[in-house]
Amino acid sequence: MDQIQDKIKEFLSRFFKNHDLQPDEDIFALGFVNSLLAMQLVAFVEKEFGIRVDDEDLDLDNFRSIRAISNLVARKTGTTA
Amino acid sequence: MKIELTPEQRALRSEVRDFVARKIAPHAGQWDHEEAIPREIVERLKERGWLGSMVPAENGGKGLDMIAYGVLTEEIGRGCSSTRSLLTVHDMVCQGILRWGSRSQKESWLPRLARGEILGAFALSEPEAGSDANGIRTTATAVDGGFVLDGTKKWITFGQIADLFLLFAQLDGKPTAFLVERGPGFSAVPIRGMLGTRASMLAELKLEGVRTENMVGRPGFGISHVVGAALEQGRYSVACGAVGIAQACLDACLAYTRERRQFGQPLFEHQLVRALLSDMITNVRAARLLCMRAGYLRDAGDPGSSAETMVAKYFASTAAARIAADAVQIHGGNGCHEDFAVSRFFRDAKVMEIIEGSTQIQQSAIARFELEEL
Repeated sequence: MDQIQDKIKEFLSRFFKNHDLQPDEDIFALGFVNSLLAMQLVAFVEKEFGIRVDDEDLDLDNFRSIRAISNLVARKTGTTA
Repeated sequence: MKIELTPEQRALRSEVRDFVARKIAPHAGQWDHEEAIPREIVERLKERGWLGSMVPAENGGKGLDMIAYGVLTEEIGRGCSSTRSLLTVHDMVCQGILRWGSRSQKESWLPRLARGEILGAFALSEPEAGSDANGIRTTATAVDGGFVLDGTKKWITFGQIADLFLLFAQLDGKPTAFLVERGPGFSAVPIRGMLGTRASMLAELKLEGVRTENMVGRPGFGISHVVGAALEQGRYSVACGAVGIAQACLDACLAYTRERRQFGQPLFEHQLVRALLSDMITNVRAARLLCMRAGYLRDAGDPGSSAETMVAKYFASTAAARIAADAVQIHGGNGCHEDFAVSRFFRDAKVMEIIEGSTQIQQSAIARFELEEL
């Protein structure tokens, strides 16, 4: 799980420069998420973790924080969050 | 690193090129004049599986990879940008469903779209909302068993004949995607007199209490995710189509400058003309390579594909506009008359700088992407 969160943090950190993003920090509240990042984020988690983000996964709460994304990945891969 | 087409991609290029030379290019000027493509050409595209060609085999399509798809789009665009527009918007609908449709939506629509039994069109723009997609005013209201849509959509490519629209509306103030069929309350008013891609059969759509059961994705994700996925497909298609226009201009100019004589020698012998031709050749090749790079990243599912597709679209569309302007210049008075295809290419190329994200939208986004990557 830590590895998943590390990879998500590494990806997101490119968009949140000079900010040490914490696992439960709300990335939407930080105000840097535009539609292009939203698409990139989906492509990233699919490619990095070999999962498919489906229409029913389109919920902001699944993408709100490093931990939320990590939980989504865990659910999709059947690993323990 | 290996930059060359596979034997299958080369074979497809030969097939499309031959088809375009016989069935499309000779008639494109007439279609432009009539502001419509004939139903017969749609039938031929269907027969060959070129509508929804990138839909995977398990969803009833040919499953073309993105490089092959780019080859197809470039070659069609080389002959007729309006016909290429049909592929573009139809495939944007396919991509929107593929990416964010429910299982039942995929099962219901994709095989029919891939077989060309129904034509798809992308309905985002409105009289008051173009680049600012979140500013759409069309509304969706949840009712028993579905949604009711009210509003107006404008500049909808192939809106005159499409059967299924990937259409965007505000649901409780959240931009949301829907699949809408023609039915009670729906009307399409043809738009004539366009500058370029005149045979793209544009329409203004009026929705007055139109019902649909089909929301794509979730409320609030219409622009960020569904438009995002569909537009990336559309940008790639337009970028490759722009390469097609540019190549057609180059072909026309190479032929013309060998035959046309001024000051006692072929135009080709004049150094300033050669300079224009050299710029055309270089920019066509650069644009095609950028498209191939974007296609490669799209096939790989790379998160960077959005940015690279924008780069390709920005470069290819602006290059095509410059090349088409130079092509008219080389043709002189002839280039200003509809008897010479370069006059159509010139008008079509301008449109490429506006559709699927204007040049300025790409410029704004590309720089931001790069800054984020630093």
